[in-house]
Order: sequence, then structure tokens, then C-alpha cells
Amino acid sequence: MTRTTRRDFLKTTGTVAAMSALPLSMVELAFADTSKNFTFAYISDAHIQHISGTKFVRNWDRGLIRAVAETNLLVPKPEFVVFGGDLAQLGTKEELDHGGEMLSKLNYKLYTVMGEHDYYYDLGEYWSKLYGPHHYSWDHKGVHFVVLNSVITFDDWTFNRWPSAAQRMLEMAGLDNPNGSPFMVGEKQREWLKADLAKVAKDTPLVVFSHSPLQKIYKGWNFWTDDAEEVQAILRPYDKVNVVYGHVHQIQYNQIENMSFNSVMATAWPWPYPQTYAQAKQALPKLTIPMNRADPFFERDATGWQFIDVNTGRVALKYNLYNNTNRTVAFNPKTGQPEDSMFQDPARMIDPQVHY
Amino acid sequence: MKRLSMVAALVAVVAGLIAGLNVRADEFTKADLERWQKEYMSVVEKGRALWTSPELGTNGVACAQCHPNAANTHPETYPKFQQQLGRVIALREMINWCIRQPLEGEPLKLDDPKMIAIEAYIAYERRGVAMTPGKH
Repeated sequence: MTRTTRRDFLKTTGTVAAMSALPLSMVELAFADTSKNFTFAYISDAHIQHISGTKFVRNWDRGLIRAVAETNLLVPKPEFVVFGGDLAQLGTKEELDHGGEMLSKLNYKLYTVMGEHDYYYDLGEYWSKLYGPHHYSWDHKGVHFVVLNSVITFDDWTFNRWPSAAQRMLEMAGLDNPNGSPFMVGEKQREWLKADLAKVAKDTPLVVFSHSPLQKIYKGWNFWTDDAEEVQAILRPYDKVNVVYGHVHQIQYNQIENMSFNSVMATAWPWPYPQTYAQAKQALPKLTIPMNRADPFFERDATGWQFIDVNTGRVALKYNLYNNTNRTVAFNPKTGQPEDSMFQDPARMIDPQVHY
Repeated sequence: MKRLSMVAALVAVVAGLIAGLNVRADEFTKADLERWQKEYMSVVEKGRALWTSPELGTNGVACAQCHPNAANTHPETYPKFQQQLGRVIALREMINWCIRQPLEGEPLKLDDPKMIAIEAYIAYERRGVAMTPGKH
């Protein structure tokens, strides 16, 4: 009993410390009708990993528990929360239930995105029992939101190649596994997206959530969606398009014509930038000022979650980075692209942002 | 196995003596180079297998989970002053740090063939990068 009390005390003091570290002062950006301004929170890539029995990897558990606890403290309150995919590591019922239990502590409405780690064990069947359809849309205060399942791959790979569902999941779970297969949205969902957007006015801000980037960054690690151009072609007629994606476990942003692309952090662990793989010869979108290099001695460093507003019709992401200075990446209407509020000028970059 | 390889070594020595006394230690053929490279690559492959398997730890976590293609391991910078530990260390000490912490496993002996295999794999993925010992 003494232990429980002590732990509760630590939890409370931790909460106070976390509160003081949160960016609670919101800058209201000019929107014609400010009563329409709203915020939402974005948590992604928890990778809850089952060991055996009732044991799960403690490190990943702590990341999601912390993100949920801090999100619940936000002022002003977000109007909903999005979970960006990869709730599980190997897509099992145990992992989805354990992670789902943590997400159920959120005090807000939750929208969820399918990740490959949730999908390739039973092709999203159990995930659907918890969270419903794999793709859907809704409107909120003049913004049209769309969720896509962007982690589908070729039928032959999915249905004919592997002796078991567990093996299929393991093969897709290895980020650098040459036996993997490229992600895509697929024709069926693209047709659905066309039909869904047909009733949306061209000047309505669009926010699209996908797990993988709907742009091509590095195929070797599936920082990539194979039919990205086809999806972009469907989004292109809209004035203000925002794509928010997980999967990459790092800060990325880019602008392609009218389309802004922003990634979110993982709560589990960070990933290296593709250009740090000496054999890859790949570069990020030039616009991206990288996050700080992770210090492995701080377990939660280079992980975090986001607080987002769409007040300008474009997303502004406030990254809550544990053990690190928070960052804000917001669309700059003057330059027409997302920019970091502190570091966009290369002269202001700091040494920890140099990855090699 | 040990006895077999000893016999094989003896046969090779005797064969070498018979083949001619003009064999020089510093001469080697293309076939030798290929064989030696193959030996190295077989250890790299063992390293890659360890890197992607949960075998080194106790919680199912694998090195590749955080370090795809061994990226962000910076083998060219070791030995270096590891500021978090406050001393100069070799790469294999960081490998053991990772086995102990995120993988919740038992550290390997520094000359364990598994340790050599992991180091061989890391170095192979980093081939072509200039040495920068000490760089943080």
C-alpha cells in the first residue's frame, strides 16, 4: 500500500511539472470568424508491444501513457484527438486491447488512423471492432477531415506470399526489411475519396490524415506511398490542402503546390532521417529543419505528441517534445509553405539538428 | 569440429610444403580475396540476423526497431568521449548499453563472436563514410 501511495504522489508531482512545461498560451491567428477557431491533439505511433502473458514493453507503454495524460491537461481543451496509427507493434488482440485501454483514458472524442503494425496481422479486423471503418470523413467548424488507410499493398504480397498471418505481420513490421512491400491507398479508396470530396466546396480547408506520407520520401523504409501522385491529383483542386501523417517518427514538412505536408512524432521511439543511412543517398524535402538528434540516455527524448490548430485553414503543429525544446511548424501565408517558428532560417539552425 | 579443422590445417601446411618452397606470405590471389570477403560477409549476415532478432534482449525489442539499416550508430566516430558516461568508450560498449537498456538483456563479452558480428554489420552498413574518431 505504501508503494501505491508513493507512486500516486510521484504521478501528481509529475503532472504538475508537465503542466508547467506545456505551451498553454494559444496564439489566435486571424480567421474571419474567430468563434470557429479550434484545436485538436494528435498522438501517433505508440507501438505497444506484447512480451508474454500480462507483460508489455515498459518503454513504449510509458510513451503513450504520458501523451494521453498530458493531452488531458490541455487548456484550451482540444475538440478531439486523432491517433495516427501503429497503436500495436505486431497487430495482436493483446496489443490493441492494451493500447486501446490507454487511449480510452482520453477525455475527448477520438478519431483513429490505421497503421501497418495494426493491419498486417488480421488485415485490420480486430482494429475495426474497436475503432470502426478504415477510411471515413467528417466536417468540423468549416473544415473537412478525411482519414485514409494508406498502408495497403499488392494483393499478391498480402494474400499469397506468407505461410501465416503472424509471418506476414513480422515481415511488414521490419522498417528496413527488403521483404516488405510499398504502401498505397489503392484504387478503391481513391474512388471513395473522389466521391467524398465531390460534395465539398473548393475553398473548404481539407485536412487528410494518413499513416504513411502521401508523398515519396524514401522507399527503402516505406517513407513513401506508392500511389501518392494519384491521391495528390484528387486533392489538387482544393485551395487549402493539409496532409498530416505518422509512420516516420520524426519532424518532416513539405509544400507541394497547394498541398502542405506535416509529419507527427511517435510516442514510442524516434527514427533516423533517411539521409543518415550511408547507402541510401536520400534527402528530405529541403524545407524540413530536422528535429534534434535523439539522446538515447533520455528514454523519451525525440518522442512526443502534437497540439494542432487549423485557424488559417492550414495546420499549425505545436510539437511537445520531452527532454527538448518544443517546436512549432505552421503555414506561413507570406511564403506559402509550412515553416518552423524559430529555426527556418538556416543561419538559426543549431548543432543538434545536424544529423549524419 | 575442432579436430577436423586441425587436420585440415595440417593437410594445408603439408600441401603447401610439397607445392613448392617459393610460396610467399604476402602473395595472394583473386580467389583468396573473394574467399576472405565471403568470410567477412558471412559474419555481416550473422550480425544482420542478430540486429533484427529479439534474441539479444528479454523484451522482444530488436536493435533494428530504432536503428533501421544500423543508421544513427556512427561507428566512424568511435572511440569517442561518450558525454553521457563521462569517458572515452568503444562502439561495443554502446552496443552493450543498448542491449542492457532498451532491450533489457545481458551484455555480451567484448570478444563474443556475436559482438564481432554486430560490429561487422554496423560497419558494413556505414561503408564509404570517412573516419571521424571523437566526433559527437
